[in-house]
Amino acid sequence: MTDAIIVENLQKRFGSVVALDGVSFSVPTGTVLGLLGPNGAGKTTSVRVLTTILRPDSGRAEVLGLDVTRNAQPVRERIGLAGQYAAVDENLTGHENLRMIGRLSHLSKAVVLKRADELLERFALAEAADRPVRTYSGGMRRRLDLAAALVHRPPVLFLDEPTTGLDPSGRQDLWGVIEDLVREGTTLLLTTQYLEEADRLADNIVVIDHGRVIAEGTASQLKAKLGSTIVEVGFADPATAQRAQVELARIGLCDVGTASSLVELKVDDGARVVLDVVRALDHAKLEPETLTVREPTLDDVFLSLTGHKAEEPDVEDEPADAGRRRTRGAA
Amino acid sequence: MTAIAVPTTPTMIDRPRHSAFSWAVQDALTVTWRNLVAMKRTPQVLVFSTIQPIIFVLMFRYVFGGAIRIPGVTHYVDYLMPGVFAQTVVFGSIQTGVALAEDLQKGLIERFQSLPMARSAVLAGRTLADLVRNVFVVGLMVGVGFLVGWRIHTSVYGAIGGIALMLLFAHSLSWVFALVGLSASNAEAAQAASFPILAPLVFASTAFVSAASMPAPLEWFANHQPVSIVIDAVRALTYGGQFASTGKVLGAIAWSVAIIAVAAPLAVRMYRRKV
Repeated sequence: MTDAIIVENLQKRFGSVVALDGVSFSVPTGTVLGLLGPNGAGKTTSVRVLTTILRPDSGRAEVLGLDVTRNAQPVRERIGLAGQYAAVDENLTGHENLRMIGRLSHLSKAVVLKRADELLERFALAEAADRPVRTYSGGMRRRLDLAAALVHRPPVLFLDEPTTGLDPSGRQDLWGVIEDLVREGTTLLLTTQYLEEADRLADNIVVIDHGRVIAEGTASQLKAKLGSTIVEVGFADPATAQRAQVELARIGLCDVGTASSLVELKVDDGARVVLDVVRALDHAKLEPETLTVREPTLDDVFLSLTGHKAEEPDVEDEPADAGRRRTRGAA
Repeated sequence: MTAIAVPTTPTMIDRPRHSAFSWAVQDALTVTWRNLVAMKRTPQVLVFSTIQPIIFVLMFRYVFGGAIRIPGVTHYVDYLMPGVFAQTVVFGSIQTGVALAEDLQKGLIERFQSLPMARSAVLAGRTLADLVRNVFVVGLMVGVGFLVGWRIHTSVYGAIGGIALMLLFAHSLSWVFALVGLSASNAEAAQAASFPILAPLVFASTAFVSAASMPAPLEWFANHQPVSIVIDAVRALTYGGQFASTGKVLGAIAWSVAIIAVAAPLAVRMYRRKV
């Protein structure tokens, strides 16, 4: 199987801020890559390079064998991009938006009209087709944004945080739509801050932080890296949890979590450890409120890789990708 | 989902073949169309940009006009209207920057940059749509002028020439404010940055009063700055008589062309670097 997307040692600085610090990954044709990382990790910058919007300082980026800087035009004909902020024109109707994008994608008028109708139907927007987009809900805008990215049937699709800001039902809807696209063979690069989203949609996951790839693999490979089981012991208050931490450290079990009244243990043999935990706590007269044995989630993976949670970027980080676009002042 | 990921790449849709130039024209027209539809859907922007000059027409015609004496001019309204046209298009040109800043802010420009469309289309389509808007707005102000007694003292050709000159100057300003819009961080900033540049150009000019009534340094500025020159040129073309001046007309054309020659390449360059 060939690679539809190849990224090699990509570097990009904005002034003193290093956005991409040697990122490399590839996406086999017809698969989904989840680019996972906190705000400002370099996800959006990677997508902007791959969609020809931004020139990298150095490194190689290819889409369908075409270099994104030297062959930008043919690349643009083959890709679709849907962004974090539904980039559709508020004052145009849904139908007009699709017509505009279709025409600007250099499709013939007849084809554009046909595709616009098809896509509006498919994304359950047919009834709202002739209403200005400013009357649309957030979920409808996202669907229209995605439809706009698909007007010319691109074989490679980039979705930059497609469900950020959507409510759970809107997110479920969009996931369904994306899964359909993937079934049709579209190669998809998806950026997300939601581990659940990468887990559900992506064949492979690349975790980036501070402009570097810090891990990659399938969701289960990443989870396996972390040991097989997580034992969570919940206490009534942080003070008790702290005492429990001390007791458990004595028998060689370390808290890996960050929640204050919860002790999280990363272990290989969950069942035996539960026994040890219960004995130790009983001995110290500490009563847990909850005791859970679970598989690690990608949240745990992220925490152990980066030292912080996916949703909490450290403060002195580079500006968020999104922020860079919205307030391009310094540029 | 993984199991059935057999690579059956979706077949792309065929594109009609045209030359790069004809695509560039088509793309510019598509963007123009989009901008005009947006203008039609937000009539309040047009209304606000025409209400202010209409108020000025009424105020200067009926409130202050009686007190303003322009030597050799019988009806002040004949002196006033070219000034009002200029005021209208100059303040209206802020819209070019505001609209571009909005498109940037909303990520629309970013999407455009990922499409195979001509790189020139966004700016060409913007300034073209604003030219259409100016035709409409100036047409409206001409109508208002006639209602309050403005008359052409030269010829139909003079009047057409005067209006064409006004539109040419407006177009040149569109490029200046395209530059402002592309450098502003958001639409509000674009708006806020524009007014202080424009207010002195519009008011420290020969738009409403003769520069002779101003203190000497201001008088010099008012006589030599481009807005005054354009206004005087339009007076030359619509009133003639003591205002007739080929030099002013040529000067106005030269200013407009020079502004386009400087601002347009800069705006295009900034657009390419942008996003």
